[in-house]
Parts: sequence; structure tokens; C-alpha cells
Amino acid sequence: MAKILMKGNEAIAEAAIKAGCVNYFCYPITPQNEVGEYMARRLPEVGGAFLQGESEVAVGNMLFGAASTGQRVFTTSSSPGISLMQESISYMAGAHLPVVIVNIMRGGPGLGGILPAQSDYFQATKGGGHGDYRLLVLAPSTIQEAVDLMMLSFHLAEKYRNPVMIIGDGMIGQMMEPVEFPEHHEEPELPSNDLWAITGAKGREPRVIKSLFLDPKLLDDNSWNLYDKYARMEREEIRFESYRIKPKNKILIVSYGTMARICQTAIDELEKDGVSVGLFRPITLFPFPSKQIAKEAKKKNIENVLVIEMSTAQMKEDVDLAVLGAKPVKFYGETGGLVPSPDAVKEQIMKLIKNPNDELKRR
Amino acid sequence: MNEDARTLFSRPESLNEVVTHYCPGCTHGVIHRLVAEVLDELGVRENTVGVAPVGCSVFIYKYLGTDFLEAPHGRAPALATGFKRLRPDMMVFTYQGDGDLASIGMGEIVHAANRGEKITTIFVNNAVYGMTGGQMAPTTMPGQVTTTSPGGRNVNDTGYPIRVAELLSALVTPNYIERVAVHTPQHIIKAKQAIRKAFTYQKEGRCFSLVEVLSTCPTNWGKTTEESLDWVESRMVPYFPLGCYKDPETAEVPDGAV
Ligand SMILES: Cc1ncc(C[n+]2csc(CCOP(=O)(O)OP(=O)(O)O)c2C)c(N)n1
Ligand code: SF4
Repeated sequence: MAKILMKGNEAIAEAAIKAGCVNYFCYPITPQNEVGEYMARRLPEVGGAFLQGESEVAVGNMLFGAASTGQRVFTTSSSPGISLMQESISYMAGAHLPVVIVNIMRGGPGLGGILPAQSDYFQATKGGGHGDYRLLVLAPSTIQEAVDLMMLSFHLAEKYRNPVMIIGDGMIGQMMEPVEFPEHHEEPELPSNDLWAITGAKGREPRVIKSLFLDPKLLDDNSWNLYDKYARMEREEIRFESYRIKPKNKILIVSYGTMARICQTAIDELEKDGVSVGLFRPITLFPFPSKQIAKEAKKKNIENVLVIEMSTAQMKEDVDLAVLGAKPVKFYGETGGLVPSPDAVKEQIMKLIKNPNDELKRR
Repeated sequence: MNEDARTLFSRPESLNEVVTHYCPGCTHGVIHRLVAEVLDELGVRENTVGVAPVGCSVFIYKYLGTDFLEAPHGRAPALATGFKRLRPDMMVFTYQGDGDLASIGMGEIVHAANRGEKITTIFVNNAVYGMTGGQMAPTTMPGQVTTTSPGGRNVNDTGYPIRVAELLSALVTPNYIERVAVHTPQHIIKAKQAIRKAFTYQKEGRCFSLVEVLSTCPTNWGKTTEESLDWVESRMVPYFPLGCYKDPETAEVPDGAV
């Protein structure tokens, strides 16, 4: 299939349809409104269900009901809306339901702003709602990757029967880029959902999808079953990309999403000036590629690990935990909708090369 | 045995043969039975999914023989919407208390009703939060003593009980809305008819349907079973008048098209 020029939000919508998901529930919020508008046009064409709900609280719970049918379903929203979905996300995780939730992040806390940010890292990777659960979290850095991850996400949600969250900063939603959709979409086979989906108690015992376990032993079992799934994700799903990582590098940058792409531009330009710096880009934020980061950070010539984010050092905590003091972990970031330029990134890198003991913190 | 012997009364197939956890004198069980009878009569048990609320009836999935989803507090109509939109061929009903539906879940029920979701809601109004120990509900009667209105509900401070059937009937969407009670055999027969009508309308794909059922909570009302049944008649029925508030057969729908 030829490449077509598409806005990120629309590409995400089309990717879901191409992956066989024709059910979508939403509530308007900038900067992801194009997804709902696209779906309102497209889903009637392909015979799917489109509904604009009355709030993100309701939309999350509509997803809960819809996923119980065993069919694919997803929603998109942005930071404040994702906060309202936390109730249903916790319930769906507890009830082992496969859904896909896309967060096109804007700056926060509170109403924050509408410009791109990466400030929902904690919310996405550390739970967000109540209880012992995690989401499988994917972070694309280009629109093509958003398409690819979107198409993969439904399979992952079903493989683990767990909500999958895709987090992209506002740029992923708003940018236009050439994208290519695969001619044929194939997925590894999974056990049939006949064993759990709600289809009516015909010829079988009635079934309940629930997260209530008043017996503490059963709740303990459920929580450890969830834990085992997350441990399996850690074994099978870690995804990351290394860019220009070489033995002679003194600095290892860790960055994700659009921010990582800006870092690549800075790294390319420095390379031309004879300065070599490598980038480690986590694609799965949960499970987090801790071991892989540690391995790179511990290499002999690395003097500093530099985390760059559009937040006030959220992912840095995971990098700190990965590196465990083996090397200093420095941070540079801007947030609230300010996006560090390649020049700003270059400047920070050069500072650190000149004075490896410098503490970089903020804009 | 008399050769004319016929079974006049038996356990509906849709009602599981288990002991419920309800308190003595609680009418949740009566309402469950009516729903089960209707599911049997319409022959839809195997094609139905119920959505359980958070409240005393959270375990309804143990008592009725249909598939079930267990919703977060108040969100049953949103789950039912999501399910029904993907499976319009199945019967979907919610069963909700007054704290669940008229307080935390008011948004979800109003919008599900306004969209005319083809689902059925059994709304159990017992004027109190049962499960959490008898706190004031949006339907608590003026002057009624609860654990969080120890001096009796003060309407100057907390407003008047919400009349859900009337409130939802104010929506233009042509739904079926009726209020019934289950404190006497006659009322139980009428309640059954309303529940049957509600499920029938859904089966025909016609409209959203809600039956508000005035119910008892002897435990949290601090009353005996008999006193509770009397209290429904003397206190609740005058404030929550019984009857059909909206029926798609007779509802007038303005043409507001632009
Ligand atoms: C989000 C949330 N808030 C509060 C509760 C606690 N809670 C459980 S049941 C209930 C009230 C139920 O009362 P009602 O809906 O009137 O049903 P009843 O028990 O009287 O049948 C509450 C507040 C909860 N489970 N979830
Ligand atoms: S607390 Fe009230 S509503 Fe709950 S089971 Fe007992 S009597 Fe019924």
C-alpha cells in the first residue's frame, strides 16, 4: 500500500479499524478530537458502533460493557479525561478485560493546557486508579509507529486480557506525516474468547464478569494472577530502540515519544560535529526496559545517563531504579506545552560533556 | 394424589435455588423473583445479560440464572449501553438501588434514558443506603432518621427526595417509565405486569424502559417487616405516587428537527 499523508489522530483511528476494531466510545477533548470525528464518519461505513458518551466516566464504563461481549473496542482521550476513566480502568483490569485506551497527553495538573506534554507517565505506568494492577503502556514516537502500535495493541490486550494504554504527546495527535497501512493484517492466534465472553447462558452455566471478591483468599488469588500477567509481559513484551549507541559514548540519553525524536535530531547534528552520543528509547513504558537500560548505562565509557522528558522528571524515577546508582542520572526537561528544541538538547549535552558533574534540571 | 393436581406455584427457572443474603423482610428478593418470572415467560434467560449494581443487590448474579456484569457504583447504565450497542440482539437489564442510580449514577441513568438505549432498568427505591449501613439517600423521606441524618432529613439543608420516575419522564425521548410497589400481593401483581411490559418493549426493540419499585429496608428503617410494609403504604406511596409516567404508545414527540 502506498504512503498517505495523515494527521496522527486520524491515522490512529484508521489503524484501529484496519486492526479489526470497529467499536469506539468517546468524549470530546483537545488535542484528540479528530479521532472521534473520524470515527463518527467511518464507523457507520464499516458497520461498527460509535457513541459519544456523556462523560469520560461513562465512556470508560461503556468500554467495560462493550469489551464484555468479546469484541474489540477502544477509546481515545487526553489527560483530564483519562483521569476520569481511572475508575473503569481499574475495574476492567480487575475483571481481566481487553481494551485499548489512547491518551494524547496535554500538560497538567488540573485543566493544565492543551499543548503537548508527557506529564501522565506516572498515571499510565504506576496504576492510575486504585488497586494492584498495571497497564501495558506503549509510547510511539512517529505517526507510523502510532499506527503500528495501535494495530498491535488489540492483540496484546487480548493476549493478556488486560487494558493496553498508548500514550502519545499532543504532537503525535496533531502532526501530519506519511503513513503506510499494511496490506494484510495478521496476528498470532490466541485462545478463543468463548471461555470468558458474555454471550448469554445458552447451553452453558451463567457467567459473571466482575472484580468483586469479598473472600480475601480469592482477591489475593486475583491480584497474584494479575501480577503473573505483568511478569509475563516483562518477559515477552519489552520493546525499545537504540540509536547511535557506541562503545566510545560518554553520555547515554534516555527519552521516549516525540521527545526522543527531537533528541535524535540533536544527536545527528552533534555527530556531524564529531560528538558521539547514544539514545535509548523505551517503546514499552510498562513493562519498562530496566535491564536493557542498566546494561547500556554500565558500559565503561558512560559518564552520565541523561533523561530528557516533557515532564518534571517522571520517567527519570524508573531510570534511577534501573541504573541503581551505577552511573549518575541527570535530567533535562520542559513541560506545560514547551517542547525542547534540538538546539536546546544539544546545548545540554555539550554542557554535560564539558562538565560531567553538572546538575541539569530544567529549562 | 388428586388427578387434577396442577402446579400453581414453583420456582422460576431463572431463579437459582440458593439462599439469599437479604435481611428478613427485605423485598429485594420479591423483586428478583418477579424479574425471574418475566425472563422465564418471555423465554429470554439464555439471551440476557444483567448488570449488577453496587449496593445490597450486588450479588444478584448469584440469584438469577443469566449472565452478569458487575458494574462500578452507579455506572450500570453505561455498561449496559456499551454492551447493548455491540449486541443489540441480546436483552440487557440493570438492577440498581437508589444510592446507585439516583445519587452517584444520576448522570449515567439520565443519559442512557435520554438516548433511548434499548435496555431495561429495575430501580429499587428503599429510601436509604442499605449496604453501607443506612445512610441518607437522595430518596430518603423528609424527616426520616438515617445514620447521616440523625435528626431526620432536613429538607432545608438537603432538599426533597428525588422522584426518579417523574424526573426521567420529563425527557422528550419516548420511553416506558412506571412506578410500582411490592408491599401487598395486589401491588406485587401490578409490579410484575410493569416489569413484563418493560422487558417486552425491550424485546421488541422499542425503547428504554425503567420500573421504579418501592421497596423495604426493615434493617435500616429500624422497623419490623409488617411496620415496613405499612410504612411503604403510609409514607412512601403518597410522596412517590404509583402508576405509569410514560409509555411510547401514548408519548407525544415534538418534531424539533432543524
Ligand atoms: C465509588 C464508590 N463509592 C461508595 C461505595 C460504597 N457503597 C457501597 S453500596 C453503597 C450504597 C448502596 O445503596 P443503594 O444504591 O441505595 O442500594 P441498597 O444497598 O439500599 O440496595 C455505597 C455508597 C462504593 N462501593 N463505591
Ligand atoms: S440492608 Fe436493607 S436493603 Fe439491604 S438486605 Fe437488609 S433490608 Fe434489604
